[in-house]
Amino acid sequence: MTATADIASGSRPQGTGAIADFEIAFAARRRRMRTSWAIGAILFLIVFAFTSWIGDFFKVTQVSMPDGSREWRWIIPAGIPRLGEFIEKTIPALRWDTLGVDIAEWFWRWQIWMGLLFETILIAFMATVLGVIGGFVLSFPAARNLAPNRWVLLITRRYLEIARTVPELVWALIFVFCFSVGPMAGVLAIGLHATGALGKLYSEVNENIDMRPLEGVKAAGGTWFDQVRYGAVPQVLPNIISYTLLRFEINVRASSIIGYVGAGGLGQEFRVAISFQEYTDLSALFVIIFVTVMVIDYGSEKLRHRVIGLGERTS
Amino acid sequence: MTDNLILSGVTRQFGDTTAVDNVSLSVEPGQFVGVIGRSGAGKSTLLRLINRLVEPSSGSVSFQGSEITALKGKALRDWRRGCAMIFQQFNLVDRLDVLTNVLIGRLAEHGFLSSMAAQFTDEERALAIRALDRLDLVPQALQRAGTLSGGQQQRVAIAKALVQQPKIMLADEPIASLDPANATLVMDGLKQINAEDGLTVMVNLHTLDTARAYCDRIIAMRAGRVFFDGTARQLTDDVVRDIYGLQGLAEFNESVTSTAARPTGQFAQPA
Repeated sequence: MTATADIASGSRPQGTGAIADFEIAFAARRRRMRTSWAIGAILFLIVFAFTSWIGDFFKVTQVSMPDGSREWRWIIPAGIPRLGEFIEKTIPALRWDTLGVDIAEWFWRWQIWMGLLFETILIAFMATVLGVIGGFVLSFPAARNLAPNRWVLLITRRYLEIARTVPELVWALIFVFCFSVGPMAGVLAIGLHATGALGKLYSEVNENIDMRPLEGVKAAGGTWFDQVRYGAVPQVLPNIISYTLLRFEINVRASSIIGYVGAGGLGQEFRVAISFQEYTDLSALFVIIFVTVMVIDYGSEKLRHRVIGLGERTS
Repeated sequence: MTDNLILSGVTRQFGDTTAVDNVSLSVEPGQFVGVIGRSGAGKSTLLRLINRLVEPSSGSVSFQGSEITALKGKALRDWRRGCAMIFQQFNLVDRLDVLTNVLIGRLAEHGFLSSMAAQFTDEERALAIRALDRLDLVPQALQRAGTLSGGQQQRVAIAKALVQQPKIMLADEPIASLDPANATLVMDGLKQINAEDGLTVMVNLHTLDTARAYCDRIIAMRAGRVFFDGTARQLTDDVVRDIYGLQGLAEFNESVTSTAARPTGQFAQPA
């Protein structure tokens, strides 16, 4: 009998033994996997139910009825109609025969708003520049594979964490306190937050690079800076450009709200509109920001795809 | 005082394993030394101990009478410039052009700012182009290194090593990733540099016939120790069996591991 025939008929004693062992091991592994899935699913459901309860999702509250009486209702169906009420308030009166006048009425502060929109984009641009410089420089000591020693890694990582954990609005409050009301506080606030966020993203890109070119630079007598400059930077550059453009989009959104605490840009108009209960102004501002962000998103997406080479491929 | 590269009692441990175990060697200037042995015998670590990409656990390395293991900062970088290394995977920067890759060999001579701005002098560029010319790579000088074939990339690595103006050339499995024709080109290049410039060459190899064809001296390592140290002629079949732990195999044929384009035995000694 040939060896092949032996295997085919399964008659080799050591072969059947190994297969039986496999069956036992496989059954045991499947049992373990099913148990851990069941435990995981139960834990998730408990945590989800608990957070919903803490978050008032099951709350029953008193609601004023149209006839003036007060009744107890579950909060979710009671609240949803209020959303429609709010939207109705913000929608301006637009009539077909007086459309031009109505739109002019809707955007009655357009000169101020366009000026502030320009300021908003400048804040986002300058904050992105600051964030890129800070994040780029710090991303190398913050990468596990590149950090010259443990302490440098620890300190840069903690700094980046603090910079991005504190929200832009909170940084803005602090900088408005330091440098008074105006766009400078906004630039610093968004720039600092962007440093933290970009530094983290860049350092993760750095951690995935091929280390052999760096060894090649080191073996030629290069310093740590030479290794990063020649070995690492060329590898990560396309990703860094891509993340930078993405961050610019995020920063435009951030700078359009940051004026709410006095740090420059369109945000301050939200505050004015809400405090004077000019609800149609809110919708006008929303339209302005929505169109701006859409245009910038579209442009930077095209640019990013070109950078990472997607544009060259034909689908 | 001697001009030799001297290793005495060099040991390197990684956790519980001893990669290089009490190795003592003396390499004369201008020698072409081949290091052979099984995978994991410590060949690669031995080479990296010499240019301090790996730090020794104990023992001493010295060159021309000065202690290498004590070097720091600029002096250490000068030493690395002086003993150029080429690697199995070439270790070039794929996204930079060939010329810049070669000029990386000059970085040890640069200050922080000129290095960060990639400002190289005309003399350095001329040096790089002459090095590329010796390896027939001038037409590719402005191409990205990543677009070249393996053999071309390894020759770029040799050109980079040349502009370091080294005294010693370390080569870690330089032909292990190459096809036979390219392997011959690379080994001929190393031999030519050895003969014309008088550079000491230490090369890790895993093909015995290559070691026999090119090396003045063959060092065999086994489990971190130097197991054989002599000429190609002294390397008999019995010794080879011991080196590779092939006692169980009655038949052993060198040509099985060969990457030579020509059959073993007819391998011409390069001029």
